Amino acid sequence: MIRLTDVHVRLGQREVLRGVTATLTERRVGVVGANGSGKSTLARLLNGLVLPSSGGVTVFGLDTRRHAARIRRGVGFLFTDPDAQIVMPTVAEDVAFSLRRKGLPREETERRVRETLERYGLAEHADHPAHHLSGGQKQLLALCSVLVLEPEILVMDEPTTLLDLRHSRQVAGVLRSLPQQVVVVTHDLPLLEDFDRVLVVDQGRIVADADPATAIGHYRKMMA
Amino acid sequence: MKGLTGAYVPGGSPLHRLPAGVKLAGLAVCCTALLLLRPPAALAVAAVVVAALYAVSGVGVTAAWAQVRPVRWFALALFGVQLVVADLSGAVSSTLRVVLAIALAGLVTLTTRTADLMAFLERCLAPARFAGLDPYRLSLLLSLTLRSVPVVAELATRVREAQRARGVERSPRAFAVPLVVGALRHADALGEALAARGLDD
Ligand SMILES: Nc1ncnc2c1ncn2[C@@H]1O[C@H](COP(=O)(O)OP(=O)(O)OP(=O)(O)O)[C@@H](O)[C@H]1O
Ligand SMILES: [Mg+2]
Repeated sequence: MIRLTDVHVRLGQREVLRGVTATLTERRVGVVGANGSGKSTLARLLNGLVLPSSGGVTVFGLDTRRHAARIRRGVGFLFTDPDAQIVMPTVAEDVAFSLRRKGLPREETERRVRETLERYGLAEHADHPAHHLSGGQKQLLALCSVLVLEPEILVMDEPTTLLDLRHSRQVAGVLRSLPQQVVVVTHDLPLLEDFDRVLVVDQGRIVADADPATAIGHYRKMMA
Repeated sequence: MKGLTGAYVPGGSPLHRLPAGVKLAGLAVCCTALLLLRPPAALAVAAVVVAALYAVSGVGVTAAWAQVRPVRWFALALFGVQLVVADLSGAVSSTLRVVLAIALAGLVTLTTRTADLMAFLERCLAPARFAGLDPYRLSLLLSLTLRSVPVVAELATRVREAQRARGVERSPRAFAVPLVVGALRHADALGEALAARGLDD
């Protein structure tokens, strides 16, 4: 469970978030809003990559200020640009990198890596250099590297922005099948259709918070 | 560049099965030997040996060519210069020496997973612990470097294309500024991603 209490975030001279309060318990939560409205900042708050200037964020009942490491272990984060989060030269190595602190025997690590790659259709690329993958495959690899750790919560910042229709459908399908809580920031409105809850962010505040149809309707009117 | 960027070709050849440390030591010995070999005939034998090693590894001709391709112009220039300052046999042997050394180094990267190279490096760097350095972090630095080479290369291509589209092809500044900015931004994002993946826990 994620709880934000009157969160303000100041970056440089700008007050990027201005009093955000919300409790997120639903399994599928979407976040929409104009460019620069503060969505990515909101997402980064959830695993302690950004800390509130005032107010507080708790995840699993722990404060992100004091327990960032513990929280990051339970909150997987997927960035927009897969090139930034793939840190190892080859596909299998990048997934294995996630498991390095588990202290698993080598065969067990290899087995989990293989299973995860198989599930997302990357098994045949296991030993290929990451830069030989297409953009969509790179995003799937980034997702594999997050999911292999079986996080309790998954936060995604525009996971489908760089993907073509087929790959964004694939990611949407994966999203639907995941058992964990998922918070997705996106401009891809159809992706949110069957979500449980959608937040609309505008100028650092939550201006609508409802079911997808209502919230997206509000967002469309706001942008018109 | 490909040789640098984890162009591992999976396989079960004896070369693949050799431990990374043995291969690296072998590479060092062979390169020294190449430097010491004088007569062109001996170098010709060395060339045959290298070709045989490639055949044993079963990585294929394309992968082999990809190792030496990046230095083909350099090799040609070296040959030309040597031809002027020395003689034909001197030019042949010094060019062959360089190309063979590069081919051998390429063979090591083709048959060794980066993870194995890293593990070996980590063991070698273990004494660094006494100097207060973390061997894991040092070998991670190496992996990040290997990973960043293609990312920055791709960035350079994109910048060049953008400049060309705007018709400022020949300005070094118009090339360098966005490249440096882009590389710094990548470094920032990489740091954030490492934090998100729990490096600092
Ligand atoms: N490090 C920073 N220093 C100062 N201002 C920043 C910093 N990072 C972000 N901002 C500003 O904060 C605002 C919100 O940024 P954020 O990235 O959260 O927006 P966003 O809703 O994700 O936008 P987009 O849809 O374009 O991704 C923007 O106006 C941005 O310029
Ligand atoms: Mg954003």
